[in-house]
Amino acid sequence: MSNRKWLALLLVLGLVLAACGGDGGESTTTEAESPDTTEATSEEDPTTTESGDTGTTAASGESTGYTELDQALAGEFEGTTVDVWAQWLPESVEEANFTATLAPFTEQTGIEVNFQATPDYETALQVAVDGGNAPDLAQIAQPGKMHQYADAGSLVALDFFNSEKLEAEMVPAFYDLGHYNDTLYGIYYKSDVKSIVWYPVQGFADNGYEVPTTWDELVALSDQIIADGNGNPWCISIESQEADGWVATDWMEDILLRTAPEEIYNQWITHEIPFNHPEVLEAAEYMSDIWFAEDYAYGGNTYINATWIGETQDPMFAEEGPQCWMQKQAAWIGGFWGANRDFIAENPEAPQSEWPNVPGEDVDFFYFPMIEEEFGTPVLGAADMFVMFEDRPEVRALLEWLATPEAAEGWIAAGGFLSPLNTVPAEWYTYPNDGLSEMVLNATTVGFDASDLMPAEVGVGSFWSGMIDWVAANGEGTDEVFQSIEDSWPG
Amino acid sequence: MDTMTSNHRVMSIARAIVLMATTLAALWLGLNFLSQETILEGLPPNASKLVQALIAIVLGVAGIWALFYAGNTMLEAFPAKARDTLRPYLFVLPAVAVVGLYLIYPTVGTVVTSFTDIPEGESFFYNYADAFTDQEVLLNLRNNMIWLLIAPAASVVIGLAFAGLVDRIRLESLAKSFVFMPLAISFVGAAVIWQFVYAWKPPGQPQIGTLNAFWVGAGEILVGMGILTEIEPIPWLQVIPVNTLALIAIMVWLQVGFAMVVLSAAIKGVPSDLTEAARIDGANERQIFFRITIPSIRGALLVVYTTIAIAVLKVFDLIFVTTGGNLDTSVIAVRMYQEMFRFRNFGAATTMAVILLVAVIPIMFVNIRNLRRQGIGA
Repeated sequence: MSNRKWLALLLVLGLVLAACGGDGGESTTTEAESPDTTEATSEEDPTTTESGDTGTTAASGESTGYTELDQALAGEFEGTTVDVWAQWLPESVEEANFTATLAPFTEQTGIEVNFQATPDYETALQVAVDGGNAPDLAQIAQPGKMHQYADAGSLVALDFFNSEKLEAEMVPAFYDLGHYNDTLYGIYYKSDVKSIVWYPVQGFADNGYEVPTTWDELVALSDQIIADGNGNPWCISIESQEADGWVATDWMEDILLRTAPEEIYNQWITHEIPFNHPEVLEAAEYMSDIWFAEDYAYGGNTYINATWIGETQDPMFAEEGPQCWMQKQAAWIGGFWGANRDFIAENPEAPQSEWPNVPGEDVDFFYFPMIEEEFGTPVLGAADMFVMFEDRPEVRALLEWLATPEAAEGWIAAGGFLSPLNTVPAEWYTYPNDGLSEMVLNATTVGFDASDLMPAEVGVGSFWSGMIDWVAANGEGTDEVFQSIEDSWPG
Repeated sequence: MDTMTSNHRVMSIARAIVLMATTLAALWLGLNFLSQETILEGLPPNASKLVQALIAIVLGVAGIWALFYAGNTMLEAFPAKARDTLRPYLFVLPAVAVVGLYLIYPTVGTVVTSFTDIPEGESFFYNYADAFTDQEVLLNLRNNMIWLLIAPAASVVIGLAFAGLVDRIRLESLAKSFVFMPLAISFVGAAVIWQFVYAWKPPGQPQIGTLNAFWVGAGEILVGMGILTEIEPIPWLQVIPVNTLALIAIMVWLQVGFAMVVLSAAIKGVPSDLTEAARIDGANERQIFFRITIPSIRGALLVVYTTIAIAVLKVFDLIFVTTGGNLDTSVIAVRMYQEMFRFRNFGAATTMAVILLVAVIPIMFVNIRNLRRQGIGA
């Protein structure tokens, strides 16, 4: 989404240069500044898997448990082509990792995979589907979209899938999310955990700060930082071009998972309870205790609304020492720390250990702590699934292959990838995904991003804009904000 | 003589019919060939697409030419009088067909959808009732009104002032080209540029936004002089209602050049004997400008005003790129995009489109009538 603005910036760059005498400094990092493009650069060469271990699907005649995949491995569909669309843009790390991941499939089956990514992906896909030009397989980030396509009759129901095998191998929450109206439509491929908080390791050590494991400790630490005169405890901001506000919805969801039973969370998504249910307002209270408490958030509410999400944590890397100390954000943020942005733009191939701020050494993360013991240690996640628009045997084979650990191995080695399959060996993961993968295993609940599951009018509409209004009012009028979101619920 | 003429006529009619039939048949075959998926098998996919595109271009251009030629030949067979009456219709027919297909048909479709894409059992006016009772939509309409009141008027006044001031000075064209330049920048480009102008950084940090750099810089001088106690940067795009005004300023910046160029030309068109006569009668420059020049260019003023008003009603990109319509800055067009592409509510989206269309029509009417009167676009 955010690529649109930067693309536009590049287009007008010539004009800008002509108009103001060549002040192009801001734009030199455009490639790296899109949050989606810099999840991880890794020491491992993503192509190693091509020559290396091809796992259980090696052409030994052994069954994979999937009919069409077995046929494909036997070479029955050699020479056919499958069109795959995803939002992993050309020349991004994701695109490189995904195409490298697909290589062994083509090698073993002779099925050509024609991979395509377009800017403004969701709209482009919708237009293609409406126009009858849908790809064979497409990646979708939002289950709500899958429901829309399924309702419109555009999707192929995956009745052919060996669902017993899938159910046994996939994290139950993801298996369930692939279903709609009791029919399997989507195969989850890639997941992400958002429930983590980043902190400066050296700064914590120098001041004797301990990683908090409960909400009370988190609040106590925040107060301690202010009392010590060390600036503001929190780095928070939500400006994200077309998607302004999503960081705030993530906070709401993560807190609600910790203060209410899972049923409440799910009923909140399906609108069986009103959006402004007392439990939700209670979660909002917890959130505003961090966001709007005096001196807690760096730069106050104006900073929260006015600062781009890639720059949220800049004060954490200030020369005079951290000016804000904790940031709740998913793992991709590492590429955006302080000098890392410019460094990666110039050295896109450099391993993380050479970055100016090394993830895991200079800055590390802790689990966003639990709040109420009875609700345990949930994690908030996001994930990408593949859905099927055209039913041909070779398309089935590729979809089945995407549900095997082999389809994940290359990308796991390259970093920035968590598989929703429990059959993936733990030792494949490196930092920080080893820790994140563990969080998924230890999780008492895996909550899927609620705003992704709500109807678009709310999930990418009033929930975002409501949070922005709430921040603009510095946390005043909570009831009105949540009431207006409730009122905007369609139907 | 008579038989020769009639023979000649029969011959030319036959020739025209054969020509037309051949053209249509060739076009039919060509289109059929192009619509086959398996054409040009054996070529690599990209090359085959390229060849296909080339064939399509050749077929399109040559086909149109051949159709016109064949049609004209048929016309030649008519008696001279009918020929002259029919010829304009023949030549305008393809254009009308294309406009009908790409403009009239979608417009009608949009209007129909806005009345028919409704929940079951609701009245035809459901979408409209819904739109005009929705607080958000009303807010968007209000914002459209604010834009419409400020942006065209400001553009015209500033453009007129500039056109009047630089008229007949040295380096006039250079001065005008600077004001005109923003017109060459796309709305999205302008929005991105102005985001840097309006950028906000927390107090104490260097202000990278042009406006806040000036604001804080000037404020600090005043603080130094003891006139102010403190100065804080302003988040121009976050504060309601400053943000809407800040966005309108971008629009004015973009449109002033257009207003200036048209009005400058109109001012130069004011007959000099008029102004000279006024001067002889003892009028000063100010009186000449307000009493002679402005009344003389009234038509041009109206055209400029209405043209900008139409652009303002359709404003989308500026808002979409900068604030995304958040914090009370959204307008109908942004709402339309969101309903269409984010929420997939065709009914609500087409309703917004129809509201916009209805709002634009009267302005369009005034605009076209004026252009006619000016003799610009008769």
